[in-house]
Amino acid sequence: MSKTDVVVTGLGATTPLGGDVSTTWSALLDGRSGVSTLPEEWHDKLPVHFAGQIAQEPSEKLPRPRLRRLDRTQQFALIAAQEAWDDAGAPEVDPLRLGVVVSSGIGGILTILEQYDTFREKGWKRVSPFTVPMLMPNSPAAAVALEFTARAGAHAPVSACASSAEAIGNAIDMIRAGRADIVIAGGTEAAIHPLNIASFASMRALSTRNDDPQRASRPWDAQRDGFVMGEGAGILVLESAEHAAKRGARVYAHAAGVGYTDDAHDIVMPDPEGAGQARAITQALTDADLKPSDIVHVNAHATSTPAGDVGETRAIRAALGDSAADQVAVTSTKSMTGHLLGGAGAVESIATILALHEGQIPPTINITELDPEVAVDIVRDKPREMPSGDVAAINESFGFGGHNIAVAFRRA
Amino acid sequence: MALSEQEILAGLGEIIEEIVGTEPSEVTPEKSFVDDLDIDSLSMVEIAVAAQDKFGVEIPDDQLKDLKTVQDVVNFIQK
Repeated sequence: MSKTDVVVTGLGATTPLGGDVSTTWSALLDGRSGVSTLPEEWHDKLPVHFAGQIAQEPSEKLPRPRLRRLDRTQQFALIAAQEAWDDAGAPEVDPLRLGVVVSSGIGGILTILEQYDTFREKGWKRVSPFTVPMLMPNSPAAAVALEFTARAGAHAPVSACASSAEAIGNAIDMIRAGRADIVIAGGTEAAIHPLNIASFASMRALSTRNDDPQRASRPWDAQRDGFVMGEGAGILVLESAEHAAKRGARVYAHAAGVGYTDDAHDIVMPDPEGAGQARAITQALTDADLKPSDIVHVNAHATSTPAGDVGETRAIRAALGDSAADQVAVTSTKSMTGHLLGGAGAVESIATILALHEGQIPPTINITELDPEVAVDIVRDKPREMPSGDVAAINESFGFGGHNIAVAFRRA
Repeated sequence: MALSEQEILAGLGEIIEEIVGTEPSEVTPEKSFVDDLDIDSLSMVEIAVAAQDKFGVEIPDDQLKDLKTVQDVVNFIQK
């Protein structure tokens, strides 16, 4: 039995580069950094003084009484979901055939930390009665389901920084399984807080390039020294091709297939051989019924850490084989957005989809000296034109815990 | 010194605007919190705590559930 064809009909995002998809996308093509300086009062406590902070605060879009009962992850998710839904033409759909898969890597950690402060300073009665529905990791999925009356099921797969790529994969699977005609899918993260920066910094995972924050995120550069934490959300509207055709929807791309693997190597370090990452790509190709030579572009996970970036390029080469790997144009948009953790896979899938749709691959910025071990062709500094025709691209997302997700999109 | 009904109404209006965004002019004595003002039980908890701060009157949980209308709360605070 052939698989149900799933297509992308709507996109929404709020990122360090812009409050919507179009401003984010034009900043990506321009090679602009969204990294900015953290509040002054945090500096003396932390070795890192910058992050990819959201470009447009949710208070510009949501009224105050709504904001106070939504965690920041939910606020981002709702803003991005509304944009994606409108972009899809606000489709008429039976609520029983509308699903949600929206992830966060960490969940409502800012709510937990703020309410703990309130508890210690003022006692239990001053703790918000919305604390639990704000902090639970399914809260963004639940808020989106409530907002759009989606009753086919709301899910929140959690796999650290691979979470929102996994959400998109699960959404494809949900439509193929016949459980929904449309699924609102993606991810969100809002974790910029001194404790979280301290936690990643204590792992020595973050860049400490305080003298040049906008050049700190530099995937594949020989002098890369860690990732730059970011915040934001990306949401896609996925739909069965049949349903989309029936209502005459604009189609950005086919959501062609997904591969899921785990390294089972170390709780945080990726397998240096990249075997699990390569298997994820191979599985995505098989699932999507694509050949390695169909893949012209990979939006890589590459976070700018010494440990991860180069191994990923080896995995791409291993999975595609030398002749296809020689042709593939690889980029890391994290060089501009920073690392959106649970929002990364969705925002980067949007960049992958728009690269196919617009024919332009966004560059990787900030590479001064390319690491000589890099095994594929990196798009540097300026966008590159994508080949015409029936081609495909992959978004890769990996997470602490050894999670590897590859999502394949094919040009519509 | 006891507050007048008008002062309590104005204070409640401010609290409800802050917590659920309802226009203070909508907060009139006969309105039901659930049916007319669309205020859910968790928001009622927030409103009760804010009312305690503003008026210095504690509303115990077992009595909060009996306060159905704006007038009920005004009466409770005046008591």
